[in-house]
Amino acid sequence: MIFVKLTKDEQRMLDGKDGQAAQKSMEILCALGEIYGADRLIDVASVQVAGVSYHNLGDAGLEFLRDLAKDGKARVVATLNPAGMDLENWKQLGISEEFARKQREVIDAFTAMGIIPSCSCTPYLAGNLPAKGEHVAWSESSAVCFANSVLGARTNREGGPSALAAALTGKTPNYGMHLDENRRAQVTIKVKAKLKTNADFGALGWCIGQKIKNKIPLIIGVKQASVDQLKSFSASIATYGGTAMFHMKGITPDKTPKPAEEITLTAEDIASAFKALNEEQTDVDFVALGCPHASIKEIRRIAELLEGKKVTAELWVATARQTKLLADQMGYSKTIEAAGGKFACDTCMAVAPLKGRFKVMASDSAKGCYYGRGSNDFKTRFGSLEDCIKAAVTGKWKQ
Amino acid sequence: MEAVGRKISKGKAVGEALVSTQPISFYGGVDPSNGKVVEKGHELEGKSIAGKILVFPQGKGSTVGSYTLYRLKKNGFAPAAIINKEAETIVAVGAIISEIPMVDKLPVTAYAALNTGMKVEVNASEAKVVF
Repeated sequence: MIFVKLTKDEQRMLDGKDGQAAQKSMEILCALGEIYGADRLIDVASVQVAGVSYHNLGDAGLEFLRDLAKDGKARVVATLNPAGMDLENWKQLGISEEFARKQREVIDAFTAMGIIPSCSCTPYLAGNLPAKGEHVAWSESSAVCFANSVLGARTNREGGPSALAAALTGKTPNYGMHLDENRRAQVTIKVKAKLKTNADFGALGWCIGQKIKNKIPLIIGVKQASVDQLKSFSASIATYGGTAMFHMKGITPDKTPKPAEEITLTAEDIASAFKALNEEQTDVDFVALGCPHASIKEIRRIAELLEGKKVTAELWVATARQTKLLADQMGYSKTIEAAGGKFACDTCMAVAPLKGRFKVMASDSAKGCYYGRGSNDFKTRFGSLEDCIKAAVTGKWKQ
Repeated sequence: MEAVGRKISKGKAVGEALVSTQPISFYGGVDPSNGKVVEKGHELEGKSIAGKILVFPQGKGSTVGSYTLYRLKKNGFAPAAIINKEAETIVAVGAIISEIPMVDKLPVTAYAALNTGMKVEVNASEAKVVF
């Protein structure tokens, strides 16, 4: 009946000899292995656990985490996805006492299990960086796409409980993106457009995602891309399409044959993404940067642009706490905060309870616009980092 | 009839079948405080899944649905057992963490013969269903 072959250690966990949390975790991994036809479990080098925001977990999720924390211990390095609030600066960001208390309880349950509370969607910028070929169990869709594509690591897109199960056992079922045959490109995308800003790469992700859904593309024609641009692209293509991986010729490390099916994208296609993500409202009351979490390079640029200025709209810079510490050391935080900007560490606009607080959100993130519209009912404005800072200062979107 | 499928979550239960031909989203689709299906326009809308042998093709919607099943169990409104046509991650994981017996992949004729109101015995540990 069971097709997933287990080692002695794995069987031991499944039999409950290493405690209840390990047993439940093995039951989850074996069932998923059965459903998806895995032959065995494999060791993972690291885990990134989603399902951290109390906003999404609710009391049910919290209760589950507390039960698991009774005897669960992480066996590999595991970090968290963003939480529903900045764990220190939540009051200034307008989070209620009740929400903060519950969110703290969620984090406490995770840390009791030995999971590192670096709550970030860019674990690769915050101390959790796998090498090419390493198997990991990550959750957040942009991080999964970045890991498979840019890093050449191997991960399926895990749900909260399955990632947690991987953390508490150090294992994951061997299927999907862990196997060579599922990592090949299925469609060729020819890019005949010049891409400059991070937002341009977000727009490219929007175009490709819409066209090919969750197929794996081989993208040719992009000459160079920075980590920030690939971060923006990974987030966008995963949000608007759902793919867990892309190949970009000359840039990403995995090899793939070139698929015969070919789609060409031009500057017009890129422009159509900007058109689709920009609504007509020109009064901006919220500017959200750092989706995915801002790198130190992006924060440095934001500080440069805000030097000596004052914002009129609410400006959030979402980032990992580790990156914020660097920004503090360099004085970037001081500059940004002196201009009236706020840092949102450990959290972001996609998971924080923001509905009803703002009307028009500007962002340099195509993914950010998706969540701004969907979860929060905001009207959106989408442009470069420079456009967004201008909007934060003037309260108006450029015409 | 006795049918053998695939074990997803161990355990045994006996109860009355509640059959849906449509997939179920537990997150947002079922109220964890009373076990009632609340998804607008769903064929089970207004019906309670509490204590039933819940038969449906598979889950849909948010992965948070796994936790909703857990909440239903804690509140005493979980189904007694789940029979899926073909399991997916959300409901499978939800059943395991909530200790709800669950099987899938019964022979097509057996799955089709399950009707609302029938008395059904599920022995998920042996992947067996008797009705």
